[in-house]
Amino acid sequence: MTWIPEVASNLASKVDGVLLLITLLSLVFFILITIVLVYFAIKYRRKREDEETPYITGSEPLEIIWTVIPSILLIVLFIYGFVVFKDMRTPPEDSVEVTVQGKQWLWTFDYYNGKKTINELYVQQNRPVRLVMEAQDVLHSFFVPGFRVKQDLVPGRYTQLWFTPTKIGTFDIFCAEYCGTGHSAMLGKVVVLSPEAYEIWEKGVKAEEGAGVASLPPAELGEKIYKEKGCNACHSVDGSTLVGPSFKGIFGHSVELQDGSTVDVDENYVKQSIFEPQAQVVKGFAPVMPSFKGILSDEDVTALVAYIKTLK
Amino acid sequence: MANHTIAHDVYVPFLEKKGILSWILSTDHKRIGIMYLISISFFFLVAGVFALLLRYELLTPTSDFVQPHTYNVFFTLHGSIMVFFFIVPGLAASFGNFLIPLMIGAPDVAFPKLNLGSYWIYLLGTVIVLIALAKPADTGWTFYTPYSATTNTDVVMITLGVFVLGFSSILTGLNFIVTIHKMRAPGMTWHRLPLFIWASYATAVLQLLATPVVGITLLLLIMERTLGVGFFDPAKGGDPILFQNFFWFYSHPAVYIMIIPAMGVISEIIPVFARKPIFGYKAIAYSSLGIAFISFLVWAHHMFTSGISDTAATIFSFLTFLVAIPTAIKVFNWTATLYKGSIHLHSAMLYALAFVFLFTIGGLTGLFLGALASDIHLHDTYFVVAHMHYVMIGGTVMGFFGALHFWFPKWFGKMFNETVAKIAWLFIFIGFNVTFFPQFFLGVQGMPRRYATYPAEFESLMSLSTYGSWILGFGIFIMTINLIAGLINGEKAPQNPYGSLSLEWQVPSPPPLENFEEIPHVTDWTYGYGKKK
Ligand code: HEM
Ligand SMILES: [Cu+2]
Repeated sequence: MTWIPEVASNLASKVDGVLLLITLLSLVFFILITIVLVYFAIKYRRKREDEETPYITGSEPLEIIWTVIPSILLIVLFIYGFVVFKDMRTPPEDSVEVTVQGKQWLWTFDYYNGKKTINELYVQQNRPVRLVMEAQDVLHSFFVPGFRVKQDLVPGRYTQLWFTPTKIGTFDIFCAEYCGTGHSAMLGKVVVLSPEAYEIWEKGVKAEEGAGVASLPPAELGEKIYKEKGCNACHSVDGSTLVGPSFKGIFGHSVELQDGSTVDVDENYVKQSIFEPQAQVVKGFAPVMPSFKGILSDEDVTALVAYIKTLK
Repeated sequence: MANHTIAHDVYVPFLEKKGILSWILSTDHKRIGIMYLISISFFFLVAGVFALLLRYELLTPTSDFVQPHTYNVFFTLHGSIMVFFFIVPGLAASFGNFLIPLMIGAPDVAFPKLNLGSYWIYLLGTVIVLIALAKPADTGWTFYTPYSATTNTDVVMITLGVFVLGFSSILTGLNFIVTIHKMRAPGMTWHRLPLFIWASYATAVLQLLATPVVGITLLLLIMERTLGVGFFDPAKGGDPILFQNFFWFYSHPAVYIMIIPAMGVISEIIPVFARKPIFGYKAIAYSSLGIAFISFLVWAHHMFTSGISDTAATIFSFLTFLVAIPTAIKVFNWTATLYKGSIHLHSAMLYALAFVFLFTIGGLTGLFLGALASDIHLHDTYFVVAHMHYVMIGGTVMGFFGALHFWFPKWFGKMFNETVAKIAWLFIFIGFNVTFFPQFFLGVQGMPRRYATYPAEFESLMSLSTYGSWILGFGIFIMTINLIAGLINGEKAPQNPYGSLSLEWQVPSPPPLENFEEIPHVTDWTYGYGKKK
């Protein structure tokens, strides 16, 4: 068991400094009070019913000491917390900017170069990133424990957050502000790439076009939606099992459900699975899929069906 | 005077009259206190069952017991019932009602009929919320907008219920303030008052001043949902952060409405069982008022990550640390009271000591949340869940259990089994720590709260916490059975089994209808233990 998540950003070590100081001070006070409390409770146990006790009502010097010393320590803690907080709130001028949208229950990331990802944020090691964030529906909160950063996303106003990732690897993104049924499934990853790998990612796949997609043929549109709306986070198209069943070769076959019954995978089943994912859960999978009601239109679903049909 | 001699021979305990009407129409503060006690205990147990269900679901990372939506409903009901039906009315209404007149030497509260009315309003509120259970809300007890404005569960009924409860709180507060000002026995000066009275006074002021704000906030939310007025929904030109400001402007002081009466209880129990005057009486008395005052100025420390300005966050962090000072002073005073005492570890005293120990942990972990940088990491994680339960259970509930065991003989004129009480205490103490201490680590590691499912890496600590909840639940079960058994066939209690000096112990157990045959003349403070006569 580790005490604290890996230190994976420039801010993490600073926050850990604050945590450490408070932990030490708290431990000192806690141990002191506990020892005194237990010692008194044992030493002065009542031995006879008619024991005499002294009439002590207080002590001014003591009371002054134990008011002044904690006050000073508290002010020190406040200042330390504030100094680090200031760093956390002041992004460097040259940060890369990424726009984050939170909605029930996924994250979308829009990059300066027109790229767009869902539930996966790509960043470069040792290069500061500034996130400009907004919520589409209700409050969400962007939280990366490894970076020690957290900021709410509020509908109707932009909030910001920054960090410099220092470690290559992938790190959890949690939604920390309760946002409804799928709150605990609103998970993402930050993928921190080396400068070389980042360059490849940056130039690699063609930037998505955004508007105008409606004119695509249905199967292609379906594939686009599959990638853009985060289906790919849970459903593979190559037969491998992720959080949810793979789409490969499912259409037209039957699957076994949690309650032991079976169902044919047809248009209606796909549609129901998208809008009411908990209604018919495939055996062996947790019912964690969020509903896409309101996120996908009926045309989107038609396109997705067309796409899934192509996955033989 | 003739009637005095008559009263001398004919002692009629207040429990004498039987029948349901003698209760529900009674304006006797002691009976009203008992009705509150029964009601809040009932809700405590109901919300406790929800707690066990929550923890049971969290035994494993996946949703294998209930679906996420049901889990969300469970924590909403658990939190709302615990906060609004149990802990806010809690000690203030039950023990406050029972003890305030007895402790200050008065025959009743200032407005007995209003007092009964407050209880009825409380019941009305609970009925409304019970109706809301048909389609229970899934918003969490904080009802944050815009989710609460858009979810298709029944948010209106539950907030309406809480709104109604608010009136009960306000009227009780008002009643107590007037009672403490106007009805003190001759000689009962402010500086002779028991500290429980000071605590009740500070609480009453908070109830009176803070509760209207939450009432209005919930009313605005109801209007937003039913009439479509846009106060908080940005789509309608409102501001979601405004809701949080309103909500915490009440709910932070509410935290002190919960805890200050418990501090008062501890300040009564420790001197009696240590046979020592409370150490630093004035510091404790005035720090209650100090805490009450500052508590109005710290609400935004719940909002450091919400998008408020950095300047606001900084100011609120500073003010938050200020509130820690009077709190620390109290802990030192209680500990110092034990010095050179003659300490009897009665079950009530064990709860009081547990309070000091656990509340210290609750208070110290608050520092992590008050400091800006560390709060950013810990906010809305299990660290908060642990901190909050250390304050609410480790603090208030320990105070409540302590009060139950301490004043039980006085209220009911019966004794409970002391050995069983101590065993129950041990289970509660161990179970509580096993349940909530691991959650500090979970929070530091990043486990967010209000998660129906969770990543597998958190499993070992999460299931440990669930096992703890079973030990805790078992302890509370034994305690409940023990007290009920004492009530039914406990031995008869003497008037003053612990040798307390305060006024409520100077009348028979259970007390007579009008409390005192003759209004007492007070010549000394309540804490003259060890004073040479
Ligand atoms: C019997 C022992 C208890 C257990 C095992 C327990 C357990 C829990 C759990 C598992 C949660 C959900 C945490 C989350 O996901 O955020 C929770 C939340 C909460 N509990 Fe308890 N609890 C207990 C007693 C209490 C008491 C006595 C109080 C107050 C009087 C209380 C007040 C709350 C509140 C206010 C919440 C927040 C609800 C929310 O997030 O909406 N709990 N508790
Ligand atoms: Cu969310």
